[in-house]
Amino acid sequence: MSVNVAVVGLGKMGISHLAIANALAQFNVTAICDTSEIVGNILQKYTKLPFVSDFEEVTSQPGLEAVIIATPTTMHDWMARKAIEKGLHVFCEKPLTISSAVSRDLANSAQSKGLVTQVGYHNRFIGTFREVKRLLDAGAIGKVSHVQGEAYGPVVLKPTKPTWRGKAGAGGGCLYDYAAHPLNLINWYFGEPEACSGAMLKSGFSSEVDDEVYAALGFANGVTGQISVNWSDHSVRKMTTRITIWGTAGRIYADRQEIQVFLTGNAPIPEGYKEGWTVNYITDLTPPVSFYLRGEEYSAQLEAFGNAIAEGEGSRENSFFSAAETDATIEMIRASAETTGSVGSFGAERLAPRKSGFVGRLMGR
Amino acid sequence: MERILFGDNQFFGINHMSEEKARSQAMRFQDIENIVEVLQAALHAGAGGFMCTTHDTIEKIADRVRANPKEWEGFTFYPGMPYAHKYANAVTELGYFDALRKFLPKEGLVDTMLRGGMAVLNRDIEGMMKLLVDAEMKMFRDLHTPVIFLQNVVTDLIQGLGVVDAFRVFSEHCNKRYNAEAGFITMNLPKLLPMLHEAGIENPIVCANVNKIAFRMSGGVEGYREATAQYPARVIAMSVLASGGIRPREAIEWVVNEPYVESILFGASSRANIINTVELIREYDMVGGRSAA
Repeated sequence: MSVNVAVVGLGKMGISHLAIANALAQFNVTAICDTSEIVGNILQKYTKLPFVSDFEEVTSQPGLEAVIIATPTTMHDWMARKAIEKGLHVFCEKPLTISSAVSRDLANSAQSKGLVTQVGYHNRFIGTFREVKRLLDAGAIGKVSHVQGEAYGPVVLKPTKPTWRGKAGAGGGCLYDYAAHPLNLINWYFGEPEACSGAMLKSGFSSEVDDEVYAALGFANGVTGQISVNWSDHSVRKMTTRITIWGTAGRIYADRQEIQVFLTGNAPIPEGYKEGWTVNYITDLTPPVSFYLRGEEYSAQLEAFGNAIAEGEGSRENSFFSAAETDATIEMIRASAETTGSVGSFGAERLAPRKSGFVGRLMGR
Repeated sequence: MERILFGDNQFFGINHMSEEKARSQAMRFQDIENIVEVLQAALHAGAGGFMCTTHDTIEKIADRVRANPKEWEGFTFYPGMPYAHKYANAVTELGYFDALRKFLPKEGLVDTMLRGGMAVLNRDIEGMMKLLVDAEMKMFRDLHTPVIFLQNVVTDLIQGLGVVDAFRVFSEHCNKRYNAEAGFITMNLPKLLPMLHEAGIENPIVCANVNKIAFRMSGGVEGYREATAQYPARVIAMSVLASGGIRPREAIEWVVNEPYVESILFGASSRANIINTVELIREYDMVGGRSAA
């Protein structure tokens, strides 16, 4: 059984989703939608998929069951709401909205109607990051003390005229666009943080938004975390996401390619692991997908969305509820940066000024 | 086409196993002399067919080859385009239209398009595709490129979107303009072959993962065997070692015996590894009764 789906928003992610959905047995793409008539008409001409420029009209199509929304972030809110009102299952790009309250409201509405929701946090479909989750659930590294989430990439490397990704208030910037990924993984492993401090949202090349994000996070059970994200990193070829976790019985490091695990033996050692180092590679941790574009995770997440709809038991991984945790984390980081941290230039002088102590005053500092 | 082809991932910090290893390779190969040394080793070991991206560095290699054809006798470029990250990053940064403007020749179609309105673009997407190919091919001027490949991101995107015609346009352009055959790199071989047939491209050159553990082989080993039986193709096997997931001897013994495999593509950073791999392929080719290429 394939699900009738419309793809809305035909930018880079939208086209990628369209190609995958069109190739997967789980879906039957019945329409494509974008505000740009030029892009839409060209795609219609070559793909033979019907183009509709009006979102309202698309969602009213008879027989439509689901939408994939890949528009700029500020449009997610009303589009998802409209789709849910019409009884459609929704796959939405990340971040879900720029307000966790709105995201939770959308999640509740969809759930009350028995609809499947999912957000495009594809890292949860990468074998190495999934293995981290499995190890944590098994208590493999004992009591967790600290997590470090990192992401670096070469997106904004010089001052340029901003697209929506570089505009303030549009859900653009490194925090929404890049940091959301490691934050979402950390939410998966440790839930929503209870505290955030010392956040820095730094702008180097972008005039309106942040290019770098640093913050300290606090979770339940005393787990602390740090996030270090920079989308103006010339030295990497493409986006690189890393997670490192320290616990009383070991340490886990994971990126897209490999997972390196050190276990002390003071906690039960999961099958396939040993005391000391165990390294596993993506080659062993990745189940095959029926169509591959850019990485298994992009197909796997859409397969999961299609399967969840077919099985009719509600949302699975990356539901709107789960994505709202990331939206809330982003809000906490913003709030921290605005109150106790730093927002704006690279200038370090505005970071918490050093208060002269007694000795300092004596010495005239 | 050569039985053994040499790839370029190792030169550009691409390693499907380890980011650390990728970075240390990127450091070593930022010095073009180190790339030249490895390519010379490959040429002398019998792997002088060089399948490469259109990364800026390759242009410098092409300059070397042009400057000293004698030293590079038997060395052949098999370009694969486009170098996709260049485009993807530009689209994220600039949006579609400014990204296009960045890559198309200034005097070319884009200015016409901007002057003449978007209708022009819609009518001449074929022309634009050809211009993009030409822009990427500039670095190989005066060099023989028997096959020009479409990188898997683009092949598979076109495949997913179902734009069969684009394969025909690319193939015809390679033929006419460069006297070359079109090649298609893909991660979805079983689904691609019927589509190429539909585009009128028979017995196509297709490069895809072929390895004993079926790593990143969409459709699996059986899917490959069935598809190639029904739609014959000249398959170049890549990722034969599954990024280190299989021991070389075992990997090569298996791959040379897959009947549809015409050529084997591999990458290596040291002379010893190059020689070992070439010798393994020759050894198992002999066992299988295949004459050494």
